[in-house]
Amino acid sequence: MPDPIPGAPVRVDPRGPRFAAALTTLVLFLVLATGSGVLLAAQAVVFALGAFLGLRRSPYAWVYRRLVRPRLGPPGELEDERPPRFAQGVGLAFAVAGAAGYLSGATWLGIGATAAALAAAFLNAAFGYCLGCEAYLLAVRGRARLGEG
Amino acid sequence: MTDPTGLVAAGAVLAAATGFGVFRSRRDGRLRDTGREAALRLSPADLGTSLGERATLVQFSTSLCATCPGTRRLLAGVAAESPGVRLVEIDAEARLDLVRRVEVMRTPTVLVLDRAGRVVRRASGAPSRADVTSALALATAH
Repeated sequence: MPDPIPGAPVRVDPRGPRFAAALTTLVLFLVLATGSGVLLAAQAVVFALGAFLGLRRSPYAWVYRRLVRPRLGPPGELEDERPPRFAQGVGLAFAVAGAAGYLSGATWLGIGATAAALAAAFLNAAFGYCLGCEAYLLAVRGRARLGEG
Repeated sequence: MTDPTGLVAAGAVLAAATGFGVFRSRRDGRLRDTGREAALRLSPADLGTSLGERATLVQFSTSLCATCPGTRRLLAGVAAESPGVRLVEIDAEARLDLVRRVEVMRTPTVLVLDRAGRVVRRASGAPSRADVTSALALATAH
């Protein structure tokens, strides 16, 4: 894969993040079913790789490239990586909180945080609706208001 | 492991998210009537550029908005085909004052202004080409 031009926004096949959201949905469902803090911690690592190193470095993106994309053919258009990458960061925050909850015995925190992340991943996978991206403008508005107060 | 709370939570979340997703996809991007009488009015000073002669399309965008570039292409195409119609794109992060006044909750938000700058239609989410065209016909009728 050619290196992107430095400074230019990285563009990705939009079906990649959607596929990753489907896998994430499955993993988060299994976390809730089994109560496994370790599995949720592993998902947190996946979120962290996507958020900090770029979506292409996420293991789910690797699976997509190796197994799924060859069967689909080239994408119709590419999309900016930043919105789904921001959403990975939001997912990371919830996964870290949830894993801390499960592993420390605060199961209610584990279930609550995982359920919130599951809702976001499922909406993305099933409807192409990026909850983390939608939250961005509200976060900016809220921050500006706090700054004024 | 036998505690069913997690599974119950998962089922509840998936059911609620499905309901929300269906509801949202039905409303998303629909250009709704904002009522001409009480309409908000935007001036060239608000927009930082002059209004279109017949109508103006205003799009609020952020850099972290997956559907904004597609919506911009659609609106630019419609504006190019419609004489006297101008597209103004506003970076929501840079114009939080306007974001609050217009009560923009998400991006893209699209406003259709008539020649006087009155907001006659608005959509939150990506609108369809047919919706934009009919909203423009309405805005330019006055």
